This record gives sequence, structure tokens and C-alpha cells, in this order.
Amino acid sequence: MIEFRSVTKRYAGGTLAVSDFDMVAASHRTTVLVGSSGSGKTTILRMINRMVEPTSGTVLIDGQDVAGMDPVRLRRSIGYVMQNSGLLPHRTVLQNIATVPRLNGVSRSEAARRARGLMQTVGLDESLAGRYPAQLSGGQQQRVGVARGLASDPNILLMDEPFGAVDPLVRTELQQELLRLQSQLGKTVVFVTHDIDEALLLGEQLIIFRVGGRVAQRGTPAEILAHPADEFVSDFVGVTRGKRSLTLAPDGRVLLDAAGRPAGVFAGHGDGRVP
Amino acid sequence: MIWLQQNAGMLWGLTLVHAGLSIPPIILGFVVSLPLGWLAYRFRVPRHAKIAFGGVVLTAGGLLYAIPSLALFMVLPGILGTSILDPVNVEVALTLYAIALMVRTTADALASVEPDVRDSSKALGLSGWQSFWRVELPLAGGPLLAGLRVVSVSTVSLLSVAAVIGVNTLGYLFLDGLQRDFPLEVSVGIVGSVVVAAVFDAVLVLVGRLAMPWQKALRESRLTGVGEAAAS
Repeated sequence: MIEFRSVTKRYAGGTLAVSDFDMVAASHRTTVLVGSSGSGKTTILRMINRMVEPTSGTVLIDGQDVAGMDPVRLRRSIGYVMQNSGLLPHRTVLQNIATVPRLNGVSRSEAARRARGLMQTVGLDESLAGRYPAQLSGGQQQRVGVARGLASDPNILLMDEPFGAVDPLVRTELQQELLRLQSQLGKTVVFVTHDIDEALLLGEQLIIFRVGGRVAQRGTPAEILAHPADEFVSDFVGVTRGKRSLTLAPDGRVLLDAAGRPAGVFAGHGDGRVP
Repeated sequence: MIWLQQNAGMLWGLTLVHAGLSIPPIILGFVVSLPLGWLAYRFRVPRHAKIAFGGVVLTAGGLLYAIPSLALFMVLPGILGTSILDPVNVEVALTLYAIALMVRTTADALASVEPDVRDSSKALGLSGWQSFWRVELPLAGGPLLAGLRVVSVSTVSLLSVAAVIGVNTLGYLFLDGLQRDFPLEVSVGIVGSVVVAAVFDAVLVLVGRLAMPWQKALRESRLTGVGEAAAS
């Protein structure tokens, strides 16, 4: 369990990133922090593995204050997956995945064996083991990132917009893959995103932030969809959804968004029939 | 041609001395520049003082290069307590020039490492020291090698000047050839030092290829756009 008790972070320049924030992220569950950029959600994530130190307040993991832990050892015990994969460009796929086990003193051969196992777990072909990150597609890179995050079998997995930079098709695929993995592994996942669809799909617990880092609402996806706390939340949840659900106009060609504005044209059925 | 044949032994000897004396300043310059360049990179932005410490290191390094080599060769015996003919003077002088070139290169090379990668290595749980040796330094390797190649060529070329103060490098052939009005000897001296510089350069490139196998992959992906396109 990860707990935040009245945590505030003010950066050296005076910017208040997080103010008086409380959170309980339950073990073996996925908690999603969602909000637009600048709402402090990445800062919150980074306070868990002490990449960022809070100005005041306490962050606890299973009741233990992280401030009392050695930051380097703490980070090795927590999986971290970041946007643009954050892979080390000078290391092969296998070496990237094996990084943390190697740091923890696992032998080279054992680390490589585990890394191969993880490649399979995240759906990467074994032939990619010797490739460098630059030789992979964006989706493959993110899979390696996830495998690397899981490599030391951590209880906690922190994910900072891990699928933000891949194209929508691949993103959907990776999201499904994460759901499948999480149902098998049951990690304590804290996931940061600005995409409300992604948040609703992946999160068992959601925390929605408004600009400036204040919490707008927290709850399960069903609770939030059924009872948005205010206009901000219903906008955030509804508008973005409306934009994605298109309806066919009476002429049978033009596609309209929720507001009735043209958003595209209907090109034809999958079998080649023209409307 | 007859002159070449008759003096082959001397020419080979001069080439070996020239090459041999070039190596220590290149290596020493590189090694000394690492911590200095790191300091310059790390303290690039002023913390407490008004002037950035890093800026001072870089400026001092740059000014060092403004001292004429011959003057430095002459002054160093007084400072080091060596005899004027001692090759150590030349070695120290060339090391100083190498540092002058390499400190800025090192600072820039370290600064060129992507902040994302630094972050990621920290998040993985590498200590600052591990991150430097295992991530930042290897990734700075490309620009570092480029700088080292400049240092190598410049060292080989500056070493010719040392002939003026009696160190028998290929530069001796320029002096002797000029005095005897013998263009062939001068040309041989020039070609010789160019060949030494070219061999050194080839060795550095080869070492770079072996030490940084990922660079080939990076270059190819930039050409074909694999990965890049998919990531954006």
C-alpha cells in the first residue's frame, strides 16, 4: 500500500506542484492519476521512489516512511516505466531488461535467462533480444520498458504516461496487454496519464486533477461516470468521450461528433462496399 | 629516391619517436579532461557565486590554447626544473594543449546526454557514480571521440615544432630540409606527419567502433527512420 499524507511540493523557483495531497493506493490494484499537464501528477509519482523529495508531508510504503529509506535501493525495488520508454540507447533489449537484476547482484546468465522470460511475458519475439532500442518500433520499445520495469519482480510498478508517445492502434494493444498482465501479476500500479479513456480503462481507482494540482474527484470509473462531482469532471469525462464517438449523418457519408460537427467521412465497409 | 633509401633507417626512427611522443599527451589529456570537463558540466550554472565555476574552467582551458607552443616549450623547463632538451617539456606542453581542447568537448559531450536517459538511469536505481560510468560516459562517447580525434591530429602536428628545441621528431626534416634547401626532405617530413596523424585517426575510429557498437544501430535508424517514426 502506498500512502500520501498531506504532501506538498514546492520547486526551487517557487512553483507549487502539489499542495496538501492525500492518497491511499491499495496493494495489488491499479490507481490512475489523470489530469492535464502541469497538474502535478508526475511529481506525485516521482515522490514514491524519491526521484522528487516532498517539501512537506510524508510518503509511506506499507506503513514505512520512504524518507528513511536509501533512495538507490528503494528505486531498485520499484518498477518504473516512463514515456518514450526511457531505454538506455547503448544497451541491447536484453541488457536493458536485465539492468536492475544485475544491479541487485544477480549473475549475468541468470539475469539474461529472466530477461528472456520477461520478453515472452510482454509479447516480444526472442529474436529482438540483441537489438538496440533505436532498432525497435515505438510499441516494441514500450514493451521493453514494461519488461524492464517488471524485471526485479517489484511489488510496485510506477508508470508515467507509458503509452503516450505511440500511435492510437498500438496504444490500444498495449493497454489490453497491460490489463492481461495485471490480472496475472497483481502489482500495485500507480499510472499517470492525461488520457481519460486510458484512465477509465485501466484504473480501478481514479484520481482526477484539475489544473493547479487540486484533486477534482476520486473514485472508481463507474462512480465517476455515474456521479461526476462537478462541471469540470463531467466536461473532462464527457467531452473527450463525445469527441471519440462519431455518428453517421443522414446523407450516409459524413461522420459527426457529439456536438454535430463534421469530423470525417465514411469511406466504406471493411469488405469494400461503398456506402 | 636514393636519399630516401639511404636514410630509411633515420626516417623510420624519426617516425617512431614522433608517434611515440604523440601518444602520452593524447591519453593524458583525455584522462585529465574527464574530471575537469565533468566539473565544468556539473557547475555550468552558477550556484552560490556570481560566476559559474564551470565557466571559469572552460575559459581557463580555452586561454591555455592561446599560449604559443614554442614559448611554452621554452618556459616549462624553468617551471618543471627539467633541462631544455628534455622531451618531458614537450610532453607536458602538449598535454596542456590537449586538455585545453578536451575540457570543453568533455563538458559539451556530457551535456549532450538526453535528460530522459539520465532520469531513467536514476529511476532504475543506478547511483550517481554508476550512472556516470555506465550511462553518461558511454553515451557521451560519440562527441568525446570526435574531440579526441581533433586532439590527436593537433598533437601530431604540434609535435613537429618540438624539433626546434632539439627533440628529434619528424619536424627535424622540415628544419634540416629548409637549411639545406632540399624540398624532398621537407616533403617527406610533411607526408610523414600526415601519415602518423592518419594512422592515429584510423585507430581511434576503430576503437570507437569496438567500444560503441550501438552507434551503428543509431546511425542506421536515423537514415531509415525505423523507431523514430514509430515513437513520435
